[in-house]
Amino acid sequence: MAWVHQDKCAIVGVGATDYYVRGKSWPRTINDMAGEAILKACEDAGISVKDVDGFAYYGGASAGYVDKFDSGSLMETLGMSQVSFTASLTSGGGGVAGSMGLATAGLMNEDCRYAVTVMAVQQVPSARLGTIFASMKPDPENSFLQPSGLIGPGHLMSVLARRHMHLYGTTEDALAEIVMASRQHALNRPKAIRRTPLTKEDYLNSVMLADPLRRLDFCLETDGAVAIITTTSDRAKDCRQKPAYVHACAHGASRAWGRAFGWMGMPDPEFSSSGHQFVADRVWAQSGLRAADMDVALIYDHFSSMVLAQLEDYGFCERGEGNDYVLSGKLRYNPETGRGVNGGIPVNPHGGQLSEAYIIGMTHILEAVEQIRGTAINQVRDCEFALVTGGPAPIPVSSLILRSAS
Amino acid sequence: MTTTIAYGPARILPGDKIQISTNPDTEPFWLAAKERRLTVCQCGNCGQLRLPPTAYCPNCSSKERKWPTLPGTGEVFSFAICNRHPATGEPFVYVPVVVQLDEGGGTRLVGNLTGCNAEDVKIGMKVEVEWTEISDDWVLPNFRVAQG
Repeated sequence: MAWVHQDKCAIVGVGATDYYVRGKSWPRTINDMAGEAILKACEDAGISVKDVDGFAYYGGASAGYVDKFDSGSLMETLGMSQVSFTASLTSGGGGVAGSMGLATAGLMNEDCRYAVTVMAVQQVPSARLGTIFASMKPDPENSFLQPSGLIGPGHLMSVLARRHMHLYGTTEDALAEIVMASRQHALNRPKAIRRTPLTKEDYLNSVMLADPLRRLDFCLETDGAVAIITTTSDRAKDCRQKPAYVHACAHGASRAWGRAFGWMGMPDPEFSSSGHQFVADRVWAQSGLRAADMDVALIYDHFSSMVLAQLEDYGFCERGEGNDYVLSGKLRYNPETGRGVNGGIPVNPHGGQLSEAYIIGMTHILEAVEQIRGTAINQVRDCEFALVTGGPAPIPVSSLILRSAS
Repeated sequence: MTTTIAYGPARILPGDKIQISTNPDTEPFWLAAKERRLTVCQCGNCGQLRLPPTAYCPNCSSKERKWPTLPGTGEVFSFAICNRHPATGEPFVYVPVVVQLDEGGGTRLVGNLTGCNAEDVKIGMKVEVEWTEISDDWVLPNFRVAQG
């Protein structure tokens, strides 16, 4: 059955700072960068920042993995006159796509009129995501995992990738293709951090950080901020830009995924999945659509192997067939036709977190909005539906479908 | 294709820098480990096994718990190969393994595996517990390739 709030809310404004290599945003502060993104998003929407009265965060309102947003501080900094919705999804980047559902909840409940979702990342040496667990004394649950030396997300993800290779014969060639396709898409993007051509040889020469994953299978470590403004579809008509309707949105996961690689107890096939089956089923049920109906897919790419696993969970291909799907070139965008290659649906034509920038998933929403508006750099022709996914991680993961005005 | 790198012997991370913390739900596991006894949390009502130990049985919601002794053997479910010491960044080859425990009712433990070259570790390989002394007089279950 169609979602009761289908197309009732829309993204009307997006804003972003420059993207910086890890740590290079200093001496800017988190609120400096977040403020720039929010002000730009308001300008894009054609509203005043003083009209914003809602905050819909994800990741427990974290800003990176060390800093935290405080709505009062942002309110004082930006001069918002009142705030009547301030809420967050829990856990980490898994909830990024779902934050648009949280904003919808605030808007549909008439708690707020314009909601902002913001993420800012600043990875100074004491706050690197890549080694985040090493800087924490393990709590009683992590004491069953961390002493093994699985100290970073990449270590954890490599264990899942290994199982996928074992069960389905998945190869490093497919991981290489995911990374190379991402890089190809980033070549013409002025803001992308990595925009030099990448060969298979370059990939194979990349240092193995957590076998079977190489450095190039890991996403970038970057600084920057992105903000998104949502409002009701009625108000969206008065905004400056063509609305990107929130067509379907879900967060959560099944218990078979649960704490996922924070626990390593998942049964097959969930163990080597992305944990997205539950939210994929929900957005397809909410919309009556399926993977083949998408015009573009913004797939959370913190690790190349998780792109492949998500393609399976969403049904772009059958479970276990991600390797062949990827190797057939179907992730790539063809600039001559403005569509996919070999019958595929373009994945991350913005270069994603592997090549453009890593702002904990927000660049994927940004790109989806530009695709829906028709203003993307690598614009998919006739883009009506864009899928956005949150990072495969302990619950919640999340999913979003944006639709263009018909 | 998938590249095989000659890493050499898989080593267990030295215990002196490894810390754990416990709470009343998990402490019986670690107290048993001090006696070189591998246990898992078992529901006193329905008998289902679980790790890490938690306050309630996820199957029947009982708080009754037992701590049976397992044989201390199992099978590699998956693994990573790491080549830098997590604390110092120095070259150090270790293999974090997810082990499905024999007689463990599907429970798993994560530890380091030793007793072979890292590149020879395989999913399905039989392993047995190797106890490692760590900080604060705790003892950590790691694994060694099973003999025979």
